[in-house]
Amino acid sequence: MSTEGRIPRRFAALKAEGRAALVTFLTAGDPDAATSLALLRGLPAAGADLIEIGMPFTDPMADGPAIQAASLRALAAGMSLAGTLELVRGFRAGDDATPVILMGYYNPIYRYGVARFLTDAKAAGVDGLIVVDLPPEEDEELCLPALAAGISFIRLATPTTDDARLPAVLRHTSGFVYYVSITGITGTGAASDQAISEAVTRLRRHTDLPVAVGFGITSPERAAAVAKVADAAVVGSAIVSRLAKGLNAEGKATAGLIEDVHHFVRALAAGVRGARG
Amino acid sequence: MTQLNTYRGGPNERGHFGIYGGRFVAETLMPLILDVEKAYAAAKDDPEFIKDFRYHMTYYVGRPSALYYAKRLSEELGGAKIYFKREELNHTGAHKINNCIGQILLARRMGKTRIIAETGAGQHGVATATVCALFNLPCTIYMGEVDIERQKPNVFRMRLLGAEVKPVTSGSRTLKDAMNEALRDWVSNVSDTYYLIGTAAGPHPYPMMVRDFQAIIGEETRAQMLEAEGRLPDSLVACIGGGSNAIGLFYPFLDEPSVALIGVEAAGLGLETATKHAASMAGGAPGVLHGNRTYLLQDADGQILEGHSISAGLDYPGVGPEHAWLHDLGRVRYESATDDEALDAFKLCARTEGILPALEPSHALAYIIRAAGALPKDHLMVLGLSGRGDKDIFTVADALGTRI
Repeated sequence: MSTEGRIPRRFAALKAEGRAALVTFLTAGDPDAATSLALLRGLPAAGADLIEIGMPFTDPMADGPAIQAASLRALAAGMSLAGTLELVRGFRAGDDATPVILMGYYNPIYRYGVARFLTDAKAAGVDGLIVVDLPPEEDEELCLPALAAGISFIRLATPTTDDARLPAVLRHTSGFVYYVSITGITGTGAASDQAISEAVTRLRRHTDLPVAVGFGITSPERAAAVAKVADAAVVGSAIVSRLAKGLNAEGKATAGLIEDVHHFVRALAAGVRGARG
Repeated sequence: MTQLNTYRGGPNERGHFGIYGGRFVAETLMPLILDVEKAYAAAKDDPEFIKDFRYHMTYYVGRPSALYYAKRLSEELGGAKIYFKREELNHTGAHKINNCIGQILLARRMGKTRIIAETGAGQHGVATATVCALFNLPCTIYMGEVDIERQKPNVFRMRLLGAEVKPVTSGSRTLKDAMNEALRDWVSNVSDTYYLIGTAAGPHPYPMMVRDFQAIIGEETRAQMLEAEGRLPDSLVACIGGGSNAIGLFYPFLDEPSVALIGVEAAGLGLETATKHAASMAGGAPGVLHGNRTYLLQDADGQILEGHSISAGLDYPGVGPEHAWLHDLGRVRYESATDDEALDAFKLCARTEGILPALEPSHALAYIIRAAGALPKDHLMVLGLSGRGDKDIFTVADALGTRI
């Protein structure tokens, strides 16, 4: 495995430590740009090993209510794809080591222009992309140009991705593989420990890339259980829901919001770090 | 206009019509989409499947629908000889049933035991609930909360037919959000559920499949016109929301250069208003939504905008990918009509022909009112009369300031 780039370096370092990674998700600009930047800046110290940042979109078809609401809050507060890249630059100003992955849907990128987006994302310090509505059948849209630009394209594998299809899904995947542990949308349901363990074993037969597991991880205990068997546990909706609890009736951030989200991330990190101990 | 040897060649094996179409869906759905494609490829060449489809078209839907010479309207407009292709006479009152019969037969072949669908005005929801009742399959219809309020009679009809109507409260609570919610349901219930999409849009193979089922409209029109006039029509006019009735009417004529094809989008309160129309080709730009690349109403950041039209069946912010392609090629000309023009057309049709057209085809008729007078009397023009207007009487009464 190559150790070039922040994502491989981070996974290599954690492997040496003998533990899994905690990957956290927040939507860019939720609930506003300034709060969002402060939240992101504090994540590494709170124990996030990799950071996923959602690119807000009006029609997030694969997301459940928590992340849908986060997207709409961010858009209402004026967030855009250009604003998302600005946030990444702001984060990078204080942290050059933590991998940053942008996650979202294709249309805002397509509208921005793929070549221009990749140039600007690379310059801002983006390491990887997860674009939900670009399966391998549409690889030449963004996946191949991203790889050529030196940005990882992280593919989702799901319970419906059978052994016959898995090689096609993994073919141009880089950085890590993200296993969606349920057939469903974000923030709903959870897979059993046994199902997750079997899925990770199956994926490892097909790839040497680190395997991250997400969807349905809502607590430090669930994060710990996943961290026992996978290379990373991804937590999204639970963190976004925690953020939403810190909003007032107008949807504005209250005083304790940032600290409360970081507090929750510290608990998740403790779960992940203690998992194999 | 770009000259092609054939305009009937789309899509390619990857579901692309030029740069449009494709399969832009989450990985969870991709194996299912491939299954639907494989099952449809086998079904469409299977004589048993074709026979079954034709049987239901004849005895259940009541096809062929009439091609009717609208004499009084033609005289009133003083130009072209206008014919109506009367899809509003089909069972359930619109063209939607053609596609629903085709897809439910496919779902049964695939062994699926539950049907989901999205609906805006409720016409596709009613047609889906109807075929689900006919074939005894449970069905869930997603409908935006705003549309449920606007289309109460259709909601009641769906429930009478045994469907579960789920209000969609996310996003802008209209058709595009109903489609998002149906996709979320499908992702969560992949093994037993079939998604019965109502228009010629969505991931491949839906745009092609829906077009093929609706092409019966154009095939009949061709034969009926040859019988009535001994020649092909000179122009065909149909309204465009997602565009399934239009592509069904146009497709058999795409390679007839003498036949002009005109699609009419909803201009709402006017194309000059940024967000008060639903004309995605006249006022939108290419983008990716709901599984396909096509023209979309969107802002500079790629966020999807709400369409507006007096007709709930046209206020979708996108259009089927084959129309996007035919637009760029120049083979079909896309025009638009405003809410007010559609209302005037609705009233004129009622008064001169004794037919209440749905507000959707009233847009196509509005174009005909603008254009027909200047055309010679031997110009044969066909209106795709895609649905009946009974469902719209409350909306029309509102617009006319009448209480009923």
